[in-house]
Amino acid sequence: MTEVLVLVDHVDGAVRKTTSELLTIARRLGEPSAVFVGSGYDAAAGVLAEFGAAKVYRVEEPDVARFLVAPTAEALAQLVGSVAPAAVLIASGAEGNEVAARLAVKTSSGLVTDAVDVQPGDAGPVTTQSAFAGAYSVTATITTGTPIITVKPNSATPQASPTTPVDEQVSVTLSNAARAAEVTARTPRAKSGRPELTEAAIVVSGGRGTNGDFTAVETFADTLGAAVGASRAAVDAGWYPHANQVGQTGKTVSPQLYVAAGISGAIQHRAGMQTSKTIVAVNKDAEAPIFELVDFGVVGDLFTVLAQASDAVAKARD
Amino acid sequence: MKIVVCVKHVPDAQADRTITPDGLTDRVGVDGLLSELDEYAVEEALAIAETHDGEVVVLTMGPEGAAAAVRRSLQMGAHAGVHVQDEALAGSDAPATSLVLAAAITKIGQDGQVDLVLTGMASTDGSMGVVPAMVAERLGLPQVTFASEVTVDGGSVTIRRDGDTSTETIKAALPALVSVTDQINEPRYPSFKGIMAAKKKPVQTWSVADLGVDPAVVGLSAAWTSVGAVTARPPRQAGHVVEDSGDGGLRLAEFLVSHKLV
Repeated sequence: MTEVLVLVDHVDGAVRKTTSELLTIARRLGEPSAVFVGSGYDAAAGVLAEFGAAKVYRVEEPDVARFLVAPTAEALAQLVGSVAPAAVLIASGAEGNEVAARLAVKTSSGLVTDAVDVQPGDAGPVTTQSAFAGAYSVTATITTGTPIITVKPNSATPQASPTTPVDEQVSVTLSNAARAAEVTARTPRAKSGRPELTEAAIVVSGGRGTNGDFTAVETFADTLGAAVGASRAAVDAGWYPHANQVGQTGKTVSPQLYVAAGISGAIQHRAGMQTSKTIVAVNKDAEAPIFELVDFGVVGDLFTVLAQASDAVAKARD
Repeated sequence: MKIVVCVKHVPDAQADRTITPDGLTDRVGVDGLLSELDEYAVEEALAIAETHDGEVVVLTMGPEGAAAAVRRSLQMGAHAGVHVQDEALAGSDAPATSLVLAAAITKIGQDGQVDLVLTGMASTDGSMGVVPAMVAERLGLPQVTFASEVTVDGGSVTIRRDGDTSTETIKAALPALVSVTDQINEPRYPSFKGIMAAKKKPVQTWSVADLGVDPAVVGLSAAWTSVGAVTARPPRQAGHVVEDSGDGGLRLAEFLVSHKLV
């Protein structure tokens, strides 16, 4: 079977959930080979084996982490040249899409970004993307070179398929051009203790209606074991960090349940959450466009409604 | 200092955006405008130019209507414009777009080196966010992307990049390519004076041949991907909306529990 390269998305060996999703998708297309770039492999090996990586290519060149994007793209390009894979799968996100972009140019290969589904087809993988804030669903195939696909989180349910991967050290030659943009400082984001926004099964977001007080939103999120999101209005006002912004210029989420509290539902916000399976909103304004999207909505004060709902959900669980 | 800002003319996100039978963004039947996310790049270029005695050249690729994006940038204060316009370009994918932009930046550099290429973080229509990285790759420029803060100092540029898991400081020597996020600044509105002045600013229109790019490697027929089915997503079924009369939270909890969502 032809190999399918999966770039492992990790921080010092802590593998993000998207990687197990990508390995699951890769098994539909061929034999998954994980590409592990950077340090911390020992911590990652278990997850890669659990989700069916038949092979792991290890690129441990320390300079890869010191420079932005370009070295990872060079390493992958060298592997694409030597392995001739059926496809390369990379997790969506600023960094993943940029690695994919450079890889596409380097290998003269077609690129599809932010796929929400990938299935095998007669002429290679068939991707599905969501366009114009979720108004359209578009399928595509890659007609030139090696299919390079970035896949959004939650696009597949990870399925274990234990293997004993063969691991292979790969030495890459980095060009001077790849060493041009140096990361001179890196401050890890403080851990909130909550699930990561793009990976969470439930997201509770707050907007202008919170008036800067996210306590009710956070309490409800913690009751549900959810991640916390924020609208652009809330982020622009300085009420919540940009890393939590849901929308066109923030994160796109597609959870099982999305709760919008005090968010009117502008197109830019909808672009980031419209593909959520179930949508619930609480807003004072009965005319807010968010209510056009919801499965269930409450017109009312978010502080009292969320507090009451938190208590009731907690009780229902007892 | 010479700064090139790449901008895109896009369909207005507030209007009904549609896809043509060829699987392309419909750019004709809809109102267009300078992509909102590119305004941040124009603003940043102007701010840098003001401090470093620079010249800002705005560059776009697109059909005739795309001239409006150049005009708007000139009204904001850019000094000159370049519009790459050619029928052969219709339906170009991201790799072809980056090829054309890179060729145009090279040509702009023929009368004075380009020190900085600035772009937005993504377009608001295709929204792939990959063209900046591709242009950097093609030009061999350092890629310093998704900047929430930019400092140009002597021969180098330093940015703050707010990544998924960390905040990074990234530094590169000039010339470099920088893309900026919507967190970076507050774009200015064109003043009346700016609008009048823009009318006299030079705008060049270049064809693919002017750039020495083979028309066979751009456009829809040269795309490296092929669109299959385009399906309008059915509008979400109108759900149940209740007025809170003291039990709104209970009813919300009831909905979540009965649908096994919690």
